[in-house]
Amino acid sequence: MKYVDEYRTAEGGIAYREAIARLVTRPWTIMEVCGGQTHTIARFGIEDLLPDAVSLLHGPGCPVCVTPVEAIDRAVSIASHSGVVFCSYGDMLRVPGSDRDLLAVKATGGDVRVVYSPLDAIELARRIPDRHVVFFAVGFETTAPGHAMAVLQAHRSGLTNFSVLVSHVLVPAALERILSAPQRRVQGFLAAGHVCAIMGIAEYEPISRRHRVPIVVTGFEPMDILQGIHMAITQLEAGRAEVENQYGRAVRREGNAHARAAIDEVFEVGSRAWRGIGTIPRSGLRLRPKYAAFDAEQRFDVAEVQGRESPDCVAGLVLQGLKKPSECPAFASRCTPDAPLGATMVSGEGACAVHFRYRRHA
Amino acid sequence: MHRLLDELLLRVVHSPSVAERHDSAVIEVGEQRVAFTTDGYVVNPLFFPGGDIGSLAVFGTVNDLAMAGARPLALSLGLILEEGLPIETVGRIAASVQRACDAVGVRVVTGDTKVVDRGKGDGVYVTTSGIGLVPAGIRVSPARIAAGDAVLVNGDLGRHGVAILATREHLAFETTILSDCSPLVEPVKALLDAGVDVHCMRDLTRGGLSSALNELARAANVTITLDELCVPVSSEVSAACEILGLDPLYVACEGRMAVFVPEAQAARAVEILRTSGACPNAARVGSVEDRGGSHVVMRTCLGGRRVVDMLSGEQLPRIC
Amino acid sequence: MCLAIPGEVLTVDSGDLRTGRVSFGGVVKVICLEYVPEAQPGDYVLAHAGFAIARVSEEHARSVHSYLAEIETTP
Repeated sequence: MKYVDEYRTAEGGIAYREAIARLVTRPWTIMEVCGGQTHTIARFGIEDLLPDAVSLLHGPGCPVCVTPVEAIDRAVSIASHSGVVFCSYGDMLRVPGSDRDLLAVKATGGDVRVVYSPLDAIELARRIPDRHVVFFAVGFETTAPGHAMAVLQAHRSGLTNFSVLVSHVLVPAALERILSAPQRRVQGFLAAGHVCAIMGIAEYEPISRRHRVPIVVTGFEPMDILQGIHMAITQLEAGRAEVENQYGRAVRREGNAHARAAIDEVFEVGSRAWRGIGTIPRSGLRLRPKYAAFDAEQRFDVAEVQGRESPDCVAGLVLQGLKKPSECPAFASRCTPDAPLGATMVSGEGACAVHFRYRRHA
Repeated sequence: MHRLLDELLLRVVHSPSVAERHDSAVIEVGEQRVAFTTDGYVVNPLFFPGGDIGSLAVFGTVNDLAMAGARPLALSLGLILEEGLPIETVGRIAASVQRACDAVGVRVVTGDTKVVDRGKGDGVYVTTSGIGLVPAGIRVSPARIAAGDAVLVNGDLGRHGVAILATREHLAFETTILSDCSPLVEPVKALLDAGVDVHCMRDLTRGGLSSALNELARAANVTITLDELCVPVSSEVSAACEILGLDPLYVACEGRMAVFVPEAQAARAVEILRTSGACPNAARVGSVEDRGGSHVVMRTCLGGRRVVDMLSGEQLPRIC
Repeated sequence: MCLAIPGEVLTVDSGDLRTGRVSFGGVVKVICLEYVPEAQPGDYVLAHAGFAIARVSEEHARSVHSYLAEIETTP
């Protein structure tokens, strides 16, 4: 595939391995923010190509991991209604709620469907007017324009049998929280390339300045990640702290104005609960009052659902890079991908699952 | 849930093959060794690009017999039909079963049909059982997997899973990918007739290459290493997997097998596979190490290493 | 949520929403082009959850390799 294969070559891997090894003079800890980047690192064995002095911490950019347990419980509650068709991205189906997950609802007769795009849910609502279609609108800024378009379409067509259950989170607030932790280990960030393709780069500059931390906007192919790491370490070795753009082929400084306009029309910024971390102000999106008719939380009266978490799960500390999965007493014993205590073990990109799957035997 | 079912049912089943986690049971009947297997088939949609539940049920069971080194002899065919299923659909499935049997040279000799109320079945559930004869001197089993063995596959991966997904509404995409649903009888016969010392074979079905190799690694208590650059995946399957966020190593196949042969015979075995049956992409994909442990490790195309772990549950399309 | 794949725009259709048939290594999917209105047949776009979110810049696409060439020659 073009714009994919050329960034996955063995020669490129070797070349970057040698370049990074030549560059490093002391230990550095870098966090990649996005779950998709964590996936690439695990899938291609990128940590094997890095010198021991470079540590990678897997950040909270996996919406599956940070979606609060109450949001899953709300989803489960709504999906259990007869007459509801609950549509979701595949990732969310196995995330454990307080009692069960969406896959369990499906197995016991609930109409839960995996869709590729929120527009598929809109099309479904048009085709089956006698059922109510709910779409689980989860994600970072990357998914928000798509969700906005779905709501706008529903609004324009006057659809009365469609609503969205929103659980959107914003990256900059998460970075601030991580950087404000007194014991923070992170010295540099690989920022989420596709989030920045939408939102642009500017909002990372004050963060970089305030905390004196390099932030490299990075793509998702193995050579993107390696170049991003090389750029971050180059800054760290030189004592610089700036925002740089590794992913120029997709990210412009100003981002995507059309997408941001749609997000702005449909959503407003508010505080959000992050699973394992707690509530962070100005860290999430919710529907504007104008579009309240499409808010599934109000429609199904599930706003007050309280979630229950396992007291043994330290996912929040792992997500902030304050603890490694292997430092959790439940890791690989009471908590495994088959019987996860928290979302970082369920999600393929969750730091705990990645550590369990890919690093355990290496 | 599946583990619980396994534990409950395994108390009832008495066969060394089950303990060995082999596809077919092999029973001695006088001088003969008879391979015996059974499988249930549940697929949605019933008719997919490259096959249907009928051909799937025949080839799936015939392949399980072939994996024990057996020549398939006869099948039974059990159908559970949902009330209201058009009779024409049953006709299409029956015709497909006939064609598949003819292709393999096997016959359905007994069967049964039941009808259940509407809403109690997915249209059709099919169960086939099969018997075959294992030629004298052939012993194919996970117990024979040895350190140093070469691991081969007979063709490119992931076609069946992608062909099925392409038909699912809300994931639909235009593609020419057909399921690889096909019999493995000829390639297996070609290997055995040529005197290749086949240690073990396993057909790749649900969970793809990864599941099959992980099960065998556990059964034989070995580490299996793969080289990603050698694993054959067509560019279209690769592209479809990229779009849906799937890993081809875990995507279902239906006409593919992993074969374990001594290192010295690997090249010859690959050549035989490529010239028999429809296996132009047959390839050696890895080796059996003897480092203890019972897992599968892969050297990635970038030169790093990753563990190819057992999948928990079915792989779902992802967006993250 | 960040899985976005580059594909070539084959055709552009304007109906209710501007959409296009986009080929990803031979697999074709209909993608909404509302957020990349300048995309034309022959362009490559990054598609995420059924939406094009950016046009791929050919010029910048080569920078991963040119950066590598630069650092390899730097002492």
